[in-house]
Amino acid sequence: MAKPKPRVKLPKSAAAGEVITIKTLISHKMESGQRKGKDGKIIPRRIINKFTCEFNGKPVFTCDIEPAISANPYFEFSAKVMESGNFKFAWLDDNGETYSIDRPITVK
Amino acid sequence: MLNKNFTTATIAFAVGSVMAIAGATAEPVNDALVIDGETLITVTKSIEGHPLDEVRSGWLYRTKETRELEADSFQNPGMLYVERGEEIYNTADGKAGKSCASCHNDATASMKGVGASYPKWDADAQRPINIELRINKCRTENMGATPYKFDAADQKALTTYIKHQSLGMPVTVDLSKGKLQNWWERGNKLYYSRTGQLDLSCASCHELNNGKYIRADHLSQGNVNGFPTYRLKQANVVSLHNRFRGCIRDTRAEYPKAFSDDLMALEVYTTWRSSGLSVETPAVRQ
Amino acid sequence: MNLTRRQILALSAGATAFAASGLGISIAAADAAATQKNIMAFTGGKTPKSGMITLTAPEIAENGNTVPVSVSVASEMTEQSYVQSVMLLAEENPNPGVATFHFTPMSGEASATTRMRLARTQNVIAVAKMNDGSVFMDKKQVKVTIGGCGG
Repeated sequence: MAKPKPRVKLPKSAAAGEVITIKTLISHKMESGQRKGKDGKIIPRRIINKFTCEFNGKPVFTCDIEPAISANPYFEFSAKVMESGNFKFAWLDDNGETYSIDRPITVK
Repeated sequence: MLNKNFTTATIAFAVGSVMAIAGATAEPVNDALVIDGETLITVTKSIEGHPLDEVRSGWLYRTKETRELEADSFQNPGMLYVERGEEIYNTADGKAGKSCASCHNDATASMKGVGASYPKWDADAQRPINIELRINKCRTENMGATPYKFDAADQKALTTYIKHQSLGMPVTVDLSKGKLQNWWERGNKLYYSRTGQLDLSCASCHELNNGKYIRADHLSQGNVNGFPTYRLKQANVVSLHNRFRGCIRDTRAEYPKAFSDDLMALEVYTTWRSSGLSVETPAVRQ
Repeated sequence: MNLTRRQILALSAGATAFAASGLGISIAAADAAATQKNIMAFTGGKTPKSGMITLTAPEIAENGNTVPVSVSVASEMTEQSYVQSVMLLAEENPNPGVATFHFTPMSGEASATTRMRLARTQNVIAVAKMNDGSVFMDKKQVKVTIGGCGG
């Protein structure tokens, strides 16, 4: 599997107190650990098991993920922004790697 | 001998009956495919000589959720492969130390229209050439790189990226070039040839029964304007030749090799059948 | 032993019937029990009420591999009253757990959308837990079909 690529969509600016919609997608096979290979052996599980969204260091939204989440996992959720700052999105892989993306937002 | 024919005929009859009994027909929806403000052509008058009056995109035969997934360029999982293709396009590979970008510069300009007008005639090889083979030709002749194996992840991503640059443009194939007309004829013949234990041709489903349900699949006209397509079933982009092979395999026939003469002819012919529909790559289908 | 086509058909029909009657039923029962166990663990033993939470899922999934689902809980999401978590379950998947969303007052709205895998036609369940411990539930049946040519 090529290195998982995340993509995030959120507005560049918002009014203070506005609730914005954030969309996230990452390329990942999400190997469930249920499938058998051609040799008849179980293909080992490897999924993104956790997704976190923080704003200025504080948690906004977190998702604990099981193998029943589809490949190329998609999450859409909301955030209420009161001040300008930085969103940090992170995806934790079973193999110990973390993929992350930062996005600033200007709040008037 | 008699036994074998009887069995085949019985199976064919059974399949036919199932399809007739299943009977469920649903008109493809009347819906507009708008991607980032651009309305794509999903219904259009067919090209001169086409057996059907109108050609319709497979998009119209899918559920609301699937249609929405394609219309949202952020959510469309196929776009992840477009991104990966862009990465590959800009990465040097092979002895010449070149990337695609080294010669072709900005793909949004240089590749615009390319995906909409393939397959073309390859005078060197004296046969049709599609995007996958064109990429391999460039790799071997200009980049000193090894050609991609069929359906290599990188081949699919790069083909998706290149075809995506023609998003919205009408599919067109110039049959006047080289001997493409002959290959069209070969593809035409194949399209109507029944194969396999189930004794089905492409036309059996996609021309005679489009709009009906085969089990729970809503049969489309089998147009190819969305390939490589993100298939929910594989949760991956699927190439056209992969789909040809899958369909033929499902008639329980031996299926031709990817990029073989038969499949290249079929690509020429089915692309011609899709003339006028917008390129949707990466389309989202079941 | 040389079996005739007729004999093979009779045998396999019998086998199918056996699976449906014996094995089939016991698997379904295990799933329901596992799902209940998950829910009780999440709610701390409380039985969730209906209302407050809405689960949106298609009536028919085009393909069981990728089924879009959304949850939404009617909550002001203030520091005093907010949705802590929403758990998603699929009753008849090999394992019922799908995902658990954790919200905070900074979420603004307790809503989330994702895409999930469904092994077969079954109920998708969403359970919401509020910061005051109250729990609510919604359930939707999603039909998962087998494609036409298996292609």
